[in-house]
Amino acid sequence: MKVKYFAWVRERVGVAEETVEPPADVRTVNDLIGWLSSRGEAYAYAFEKPKVIRAAIDHAHVKQDAMLSGAREVAFFPPMTGG
Amino acid sequence: MSVTATIRIQQADFDVAQEIAALSKGRTDIGAVVSFSGICRGSEQGEPIAALTLEHYPGMAEAEIGRHADEALSRWPLQGLTIIHRFGRIAPGENIVLVVTASSHRLAAFEAAEFLMDYLKTSAPFWKREESQKGTSWVEARDHDDDAAARWT
Repeated sequence: MKVKYFAWVRERVGVAEETVEPPADVRTVNDLIGWLSSRGEAYAYAFEKPKVIRAAIDHAHVKQDAMLSGAREVAFFPPMTGG
Repeated sequence: MSVTATIRIQQADFDVAQEIAALSKGRTDIGAVVSFSGICRGSEQGEPIAALTLEHYPGMAEAEIGRHADEALSRWPLQGLTIIHRFGRIAPGENIVLVVTASSHRLAAFEAAEFLMDYLKTSAPFWKREESQKGTSWVEARDHDDDAAARWT
């Protein structure tokens, strides 16, 4: 699946997007955050406070307990500050 | 008659008067037009700022604003709706966002515009970064914006 990062999450991770193949036991958004965090210091720093991170699956907001099954694109970002 | 919202996510500035005219010109069924313009301030908490840079999530920004536009059209009897949100570098005094609602009577137009702005603030995927003499920093989300959005649920 494709993973995108925005704002300070993007800056901390160091890339705007990437394609990842998490193991089968990564079933939810929360699992994905945990798996990404284990990939290195930059990821651990980006996700150090997982509760503040917002997520979207295929362009729609989801909660962190949302299932990843069928997701083509998952995005992580801080709370939004537009408008 | 079904109403289609005009939604634009763009880097370029827009002309508020022109957007209002485009929505209401030649129409005799519209009795009220409400417009909200969000403008870049030149200071934040007493500190002067040089500019804002807005990052957005292309694709999701259109989808998310579209979902809220559809909800506004289903909740209020609107005859027209335009939403424009800019991205990129925006200097103090420049436009950031525009919501224009048109209806037969003012109440629907006022309420729908307020609803849309409350949701744009908390759920449209845009992030503001401030440039000041101290450097650049991401603007933090505010709890009172979440409270404002929550009153519509």
